[in-house]
Amino acid sequence: MSLLRYESQIREPLIGGEKDYHQITEDIISPIEMKPSRLWYIGFFISLGLLLFGAYSVYREVTYGIGQWNLNKTIGWGWDITNFVWWVGIGHAGTLISAILLLFRQGWRTGVNRAAEAMTIFAVMCAGQFPIWHMGRVWMAFFVLPYPNSRGPLWVNFNSPLLWDVFAISTYFTVSLLFWYSGLIPDLATVRDRAKTKLRKLLYGVASFGWTGSTKHWQRHESLSLVLAGLSTPLVLSVHTIVSFDFATSVIPGWHTTIFPPYFVAGAVFSGFAMVQTLLIVVRKVMGLQDYITLGHIEAMNKIIVLTGSIVGCAYLTELFIAWYGQNPYEWYAFSQNRANLFSPYGWSYWLMMFCNVVSPQLFWSSKLRRNITVTFFMSIIVNIGMWYERFVIIVTSIYRDFLPSSWSTYYSPTIWEIGFYLGTFGLFFTCFFLFAKYFPVVAVAEVKSILKTTGENYKAKMTEMDKMDAEKFYIEEVEHAH
Amino acid sequence: MAGGIKKFVVGSFDDEAVLFPAVKNVRKAGYKIHDVYTPFPIHGLDHAMGLRETSLHTAGFIFAATGTTTALSCISWIFTKDWPLNIGGKPNFALPAWIPITFELTVLFSAVGMVLTFCYLCQLSPFIKKHHFHARATDDLFVMAIECTDKTNDAELQSFLEKAGAKEVNIQVAETGWWIGRYDKEQKLYREEKGY
Repeated sequence: MSLLRYESQIREPLIGGEKDYHQITEDIISPIEMKPSRLWYIGFFISLGLLLFGAYSVYREVTYGIGQWNLNKTIGWGWDITNFVWWVGIGHAGTLISAILLLFRQGWRTGVNRAAEAMTIFAVMCAGQFPIWHMGRVWMAFFVLPYPNSRGPLWVNFNSPLLWDVFAISTYFTVSLLFWYSGLIPDLATVRDRAKTKLRKLLYGVASFGWTGSTKHWQRHESLSLVLAGLSTPLVLSVHTIVSFDFATSVIPGWHTTIFPPYFVAGAVFSGFAMVQTLLIVVRKVMGLQDYITLGHIEAMNKIIVLTGSIVGCAYLTELFIAWYGQNPYEWYAFSQNRANLFSPYGWSYWLMMFCNVVSPQLFWSSKLRRNITVTFFMSIIVNIGMWYERFVIIVTSIYRDFLPSSWSTYYSPTIWEIGFYLGTFGLFFTCFFLFAKYFPVVAVAEVKSILKTTGENYKAKMTEMDKMDAEKFYIEEVEHAH
Repeated sequence: MAGGIKKFVVGSFDDEAVLFPAVKNVRKAGYKIHDVYTPFPIHGLDHAMGLRETSLHTAGFIFAATGTTTALSCISWIFTKDWPLNIGGKPNFALPAWIPITFELTVLFSAVGMVLTFCYLCQLSPFIKKHHFHARATDDLFVMAIECTDKTNDAELQSFLEKAGAKEVNIQVAETGWWIGRYDKEQKLYREEKGY
């Protein structure tokens, strides 16, 4: 026992049911060895349909130009950048679970980290679409990279937050992918060694890189995971900080505030956890993984949702207060008229955001509601809507009335192709996620095995008995000594 | 690349609590443990086997420093020597504005470099094949492979492992190292294929 990590007996088990190592392999890997269910096909083809609609919307945008969207004179950024920030934010929960919770030694992360990291990668892929296609002449996209060229060489502007974004998002994607895949290799080897057909042996053999499970390799693997976690932790904070710099370094009222970096990071984690909940509540049900993604996991994530939601609420109130306290007439106008005034054209979106992000998560102070799956599922959708509106409010309400009242624009609403592009990224996200759930182990098999004997339900029960026995023995011995 | 063909006595354990004392006893008895294959990382097993600490993190630090240097030197050369841009009369050497990119490249170099180093050290790559002593080593068995030398008494070692708690003991002739191969093809030893 001395070799294992000590786990308090009061904590609820992280792995339910009577499990041993082989049973864990069986539970997690057998769903990907079977034919997918009818539900999987329905979901997959709906996603694929959305993806195709998105592809057509993008095709129109590239062929006919940005005019296919309803952007106008003052609103040069609309749904596209809103969606970009929203998707990047969603990605943050995956890294938080896989990296920050690893550094904090949170055992419960092992049940959910694999799926959350996959979600991160797909979300960042979706996010990347928006700035790329917004370029208009997308075949020039490589101009954002600094490379010696025949135009001078004319370099990119290293002082611009938009270029920082290029570096931040591409680094984030690469590092997340490496982290995710290096964790997958041992589990893919498990799938390989169970494979019955030649095709599966070939594909999983290629994908698992010839992993054997050698002790030396595990030692290096552990070191790699730890350092990658240590790198990802500041990285994930930097990514949304840099995204917030896109706004904060400008001089637009409502944007140029120093509170933006922490406020954006908290919001990102908040929305990301909501998306993890949405996905995992479905996955655990459809794939029968209730023993690995337990109510305890859902409750733990709900606690993070109420924490980050409250940080976000605090940030909303702070920026409102500072706008008034700072006595800058433009800043105060943006907040008091463009946003908080319910009867202004976009006032409704500000109050919708306030309700979804600040008021509704407060329900999670009740442990009964935190452990209720239906409530959690609906809440996760509400939070995602709220966080989308946060970005919409920040972007649109700050620029639809600029410094020159004569150019104040008419009401901005998206065209069907703008909406189609957004729906298309949902298609991309869910198509990738369905494929991932079908072909990869959705729970980190090796990691779950490594916490089985400290947090598995059957082992915990045994240990509790032992503890009790020891206490009785101890008591008897003590009493005898005293006499 | 092919390692030499060697003979191994292989013992499979189903409980890490039995494995630990077994590793200790095997080493005490003077046998040479080739490797222990486990389905998940077991903390302390590397120490029990007498492996030295990995210095992979040092490589990570070196890659990180390379990233920092690359970013800072490239950006400052571009913005002060190659193409100085006048942005509102501000200084060309604008270090604070370069911190985000410098940080990102530090992380990127370190992560990519470390993963490549990891793959190189562990010889991990697509289409690489190695000898697997037991198919369940990635499922629920802890597989200890002990190298046989001329002096080793195989039968004695087998019974030694059984006494130490191994559930399955057998003798395997295997090629160490790795070779280019596919997992859907029958395994052929390098030398057999070459005909010597």
